[in-house]
Amino acid sequence: MTAPPGTLARHTAHVMGTVFSFRLVAPASMSRRDISAALADAVNELRAVDVAFSPYREGSLVCRVRREELSQPSYPAVLAEIVDACARMRALTDGWFDAWAVPGGFDPSGVVKGWAIERAGARLDRAGITSYAINGGGDITVRGHAPHGGPWRIGIRDPDRADTVVMTLDLTDVAIATSGGYERGGHIVDPHTGSPVTRAGSATVIGPDLALADGYATALFAAGSPGLAWFPPHTGYDALIIDEGLAATFTAGLDNYRQKARAA
Amino acid sequence: MRRKLLATVGMVAGAVAVLASNTAVRAGLAIGSGGHTVRTSAAGHQLARRPAGGRTGGSTTSLPPGAVTEEGPVVDTRFGPVQVRVSFANGRITESQAVQTPNDRRRSVMINQYATPILRQETLSAQSANIDLVSGATVTSEAYTQSLQAAIDKAPR
Repeated sequence: MTAPPGTLARHTAHVMGTVFSFRLVAPASMSRRDISAALADAVNELRAVDVAFSPYREGSLVCRVRREELSQPSYPAVLAEIVDACARMRALTDGWFDAWAVPGGFDPSGVVKGWAIERAGARLDRAGITSYAINGGGDITVRGHAPHGGPWRIGIRDPDRADTVVMTLDLTDVAIATSGGYERGGHIVDPHTGSPVTRAGSATVIGPDLALADGYATALFAAGSPGLAWFPPHTGYDALIIDEGLAATFTAGLDNYRQKARAA
Repeated sequence: MRRKLLATVGMVAGAVAVLASNTAVRAGLAIGSGGHTVRTSAAGHQLARRPAGGRTGGSTTSLPPGAVTEEGPVVDTRFGPVQVRVSFANGRITESQAVQTPNDRRRSVMINQYATPILRQETLSAQSANIDLVSGATVTSEAYTQSLQAAIDKAPR
């Protein structure tokens, strides 16, 4: 496949305790300066969301909610949006995603990072960049085509090995999120028991919106295969659950992405 | 070799929740014709080993050259409980069929949405991967430097 004309750019930024990798194919008409400005704008969006929602920043909205300095009627619009998303997520996942059943009393991080990445992507959209990928420490949104001209080729990490992928998917205009215990052991809590989820493997969710995909992946990892009893909560989302020994359970839609990958 | 063994173990453990004619199963479960070592899963997926030649499975057994049938655990899906029986010979899937499906006919059709093959490593390094990005559980800034994504980000294009 011939790469279409355009300017390639890459960028990495440290935000939210992880690394965000940007890759984009900007229109050939766009100057380097404009591309840099668009990237800076996108990174600023990530930083702004971090300032607003980090559970590690004393002045964040999340910490103010925890200290009961804010009551629901006085929530700023962005906080109301996140709280509403968390409440819907809890209902749709049969309680397996619960931003209130966590240490600290309230932690929306399971949807905030994906939400932030979508907002950063919207900044790139606004700048006129229609082909890009943003990877926030493993949670990804992609638009348009990759530098080689085809769909973005996304590898799913082997839960047991950081240098290995176990599945490759061809994705365009979609988001993908993965949750597992292998990177930051025990940071995902079973909301029904309050205990850290200790099982091996990972859960990956693909769908239109990264905030939802992120939350569903967290919930599915906590629930394991029985989570397929409530997944997908609505159409457009696919899942891949990897268990010990690389046994994988996935929905039929995911296999379509794999078939494209194999045919390429 | 360890990976091959693990993959085979996983194959047994993962013979789950799929219906017969599902091409995903056939494609996904095919493994190399080497290493026919199989053992029952250690992780709660207790499987009924039913070697066609009448052999009984220990914790570690070599596959006989003929067909072997494995039954996966019963998995609850939103469409009801599903269990799958997979037959394989010479390391390849020859047949798979559901042995337990929801009673409701319409639901049975829906079950086809779920497949449970065993994954293999598709790439070993960023150099051979030819992939643009890696999805995984969130890495810390420190762990990122050791990750495949970091290698991809650094790779010359």
